[in-house]
Amino acid sequence: MRGITFIRQFGEVILAIAIAPLFAGWIAQCRAWMQSRSAPLVTQPYRMLRKLFSKDAALAETASPLFRITPYVLFGTMVLAAAIIPSLATDLPFARAADAIALIGLFATARVFLSLAAMDIGTGFGSMGARREMMIGFLAEPALLMVLFNASLLYGSTALPSLVDGYRAHPTIIDPSVIFAAVAFVMVLLAENARIPIDNPATHLELTMIHEAMLLEYSARHLALVEWASYLKLFNYACIGFALFVPWGIAIHGSDGGGVLALSIVALLGKLVVAGSALALIETLSAKLRIFRAPEFLAMAFLLAVLGLLVHLLLGVR
Amino acid sequence: MNFASLNSAKLASSGKTLPSNIAATHAILDRAEWQRAIGDLRAIDAVFLSLWGADDFDRDGSFSIYAAFLLAEGALVLQHKITDVIAPSYPSLARAFPAAARMERAVYDLFGIVSVSVGHESDQRGWLRHAGWPEGLYPLRRSFDGAQQYPVQSEPYEFVQVEGNGVHEIAVGPVHAGTIEPGHFRFSVVGEKVLRLEERLGYTHKGTAKLFESLTQTEAHRLAARLSGDSAVAFSWAYCAALEAITATAVPLRASSLRALALEHERIANHLGDLGALGNDAGFALGLTHFSRLKEDLLRVNVAAFGARYLLDYIVPGGVAVDLSKTAHALLEEQYRTLAHEVAGLRAIYDDHGGLQDRFREAGRLTPELAQDLGAMGLIARASGVAHDLRIDHPWAPYDVLATQLITQSDGDVAARVQVRFDDLSESLRLCQTLLNTLATGPIQAEVAVANSDQLGIALIEGWRGPVMIALECGAHNSIRRCHAHDPSWQNWPLLEYAILGNIVPDFPLINKSFNLSYSGQDG
Repeated sequence: MRGITFIRQFGEVILAIAIAPLFAGWIAQCRAWMQSRSAPLVTQPYRMLRKLFSKDAALAETASPLFRITPYVLFGTMVLAAAIIPSLATDLPFARAADAIALIGLFATARVFLSLAAMDIGTGFGSMGARREMMIGFLAEPALLMVLFNASLLYGSTALPSLVDGYRAHPTIIDPSVIFAAVAFVMVLLAENARIPIDNPATHLELTMIHEAMLLEYSARHLALVEWASYLKLFNYACIGFALFVPWGIAIHGSDGGGVLALSIVALLGKLVVAGSALALIETLSAKLRIFRAPEFLAMAFLLAVLGLLVHLLLGVR
Repeated sequence: MNFASLNSAKLASSGKTLPSNIAATHAILDRAEWQRAIGDLRAIDAVFLSLWGADDFDRDGSFSIYAAFLLAEGALVLQHKITDVIAPSYPSLARAFPAAARMERAVYDLFGIVSVSVGHESDQRGWLRHAGWPEGLYPLRRSFDGAQQYPVQSEPYEFVQVEGNGVHEIAVGPVHAGTIEPGHFRFSVVGEKVLRLEERLGYTHKGTAKLFESLTQTEAHRLAARLSGDSAVAFSWAYCAALEAITATAVPLRASSLRALALEHERIANHLGDLGALGNDAGFALGLTHFSRLKEDLLRVNVAAFGARYLLDYIVPGGVAVDLSKTAHALLEEQYRTLAHEVAGLRAIYDDHGGLQDRFREAGRLTPELAQDLGAMGLIARASGVAHDLRIDHPWAPYDVLATQLITQSDGDVAARVQVRFDDLSESLRLCQTLLNTLATGPIQAEVAVANSDQLGIALIEGWRGPVMIALECGAHNSIRRCHAHDPSWQNWPLLEYAILGNIVPDFPLINKSFNLSYSGQDG
């Protein structure tokens, strides 16, 4: 049995690394369709990665070792996060080692490294991006924590696999608090993944950038890893969302058949397709917020998550 | 012409009528008269148009400095002859007309003529030279050989420093992340708040004024069309109008209507492009795709109707290059109908979109007082309640029979500039429809005679940004002695430095786009 769980764990991580760029490509494609543009191929992100990996890296003269190792740290933390999140199955050896709060810590580690690397070169844009990223980060984290507490109140654990198991064991009627938490989570997802309305991943205007401003000095394989880490981060956030709010199809403890695993893969892909097009729709319909509206946006997310908690406590479902 | 409102009696008596497409007067003043006239013009709120120099050393051993103004009665061109050629200087205009400051710096770079100001310090830094040629050489002097090459050496440029706790600078450009023209912006900021912006332009100085002097009168309209690519019609019309005024050429009715049609097409195309880009800069990509599609459709119609996408070389001395065919006539009608319908739909989306309006309103406000004091031009001025439009104030053919509506807004923010563009666009569509309905039959070109030597003429055309001006002095044997082209961006660039004050850094691209000024047009 142990062997199988490790294979499953390994497979899940490989799958995450492999299809994260596809998810980003799907969102880009949906967005193009919704904006009445002809869309790039869904495999465009892979082509970009291949192009970047085959180039020679250029480093600024002022770059310190921190700048060089950051892409690997980013990629590593996102892979580790993928190992913790139950995207296909809950019986994961890694997941037991860390709960959702540790997961937020992982994301925070990546953020700190990227921000330091952005300031490392000493250009104005890098520190501008880093400064804005830290502002968004410290506002988004509490909101995300509140969302997770919401779920843990329902099922009595902060570990994501236990949450999924708990949900599947007690498929209760829909708790209204979950709706508040879900809306709050989507808002945090948009902010944390540099999407409209907080950041614009497609912009060429260096003065308005947040995430992109931090990557301006990266090239070739370093840039490829950073981009890949961003794809993984978005994929991971989507999977956290699925685990918290729509855990149908995820193979839970004790169900080990090949059919269950196949079903879980199909379920994941289906959910990604729907989530990707929903994200693209949100991005198409909104304009980018003025940057000082971002605190209001994230405060709203926090408030919704807290409301969810209150609703749960007041209604006293269980 | 009678300058009733002007105190300087000398002006009214000595002024001579100047060949132009609008009423214009030319007066030659000595130093004291020049200084007094500047003060008087400020007092009556004359609109400052342009400042330029000329080297007449070969003719009468002097330099000349020219200043052009717009008054209710028409255009006024003042000329001051500078006989001290060792250390040429003239009284500065910058105190009365702040927009002149950069033009004075440019005149120094090109002619070595110094502006002298009494009682306040003037900015003596170079503006256009950028160490592209050695200090002490002045390219527009007749002794300068335009074919000569000089190595570019980097020279320091002192930006104004802002001091204080937590104040730091952000340097942007001249090379930007997008495919746009080069310009340097130096922000002094606290956190995200902009305390000061200083522009440095001149990176696209191409020496077009010198190049004009090597062309013949009948081919230089092609260079005029290329001074600023988005204003090809305005500049080539201005050049042709100046030449036609000097040679007293009567342009056929049909040709002038077709020219106006082309000018309005240029206005519509630029507004469509800007409205899309403004949506995109606020993160609303849907606007960009739809407005870009509409603009592209219009450019293709331009090819079918006028033979060129951006209407380069459509306007030629004496008329236009291509006649409008019967099929093109129907095509245009159809195009105006579709455009009016689709733009109305998109306008409703822009107006009702909370996120977009939140970005547009209050951003980059240029108050009407400031716009008036600093001499804002064209579209930017009209968005800040300064109601100037040549098509209405000083209409030339065929605008004299068109009854153009004046479009203004008073808020002066990005939202106001968006509204002015929408309104302008609708009005242009109406004008196009009228022009098409009343299009005269007849020839599309008249013969242009060779101008007499040493004749000066000017022309003013309300391009989509505002009034563009060409001052043309003809030489002997079909040559050009001096041609000065002026883009309204000269006046509006400094206003951007004011509009950004108190705003936050990430709003700058949006505010800059709402101005959408020409780099090439001001760099020359």
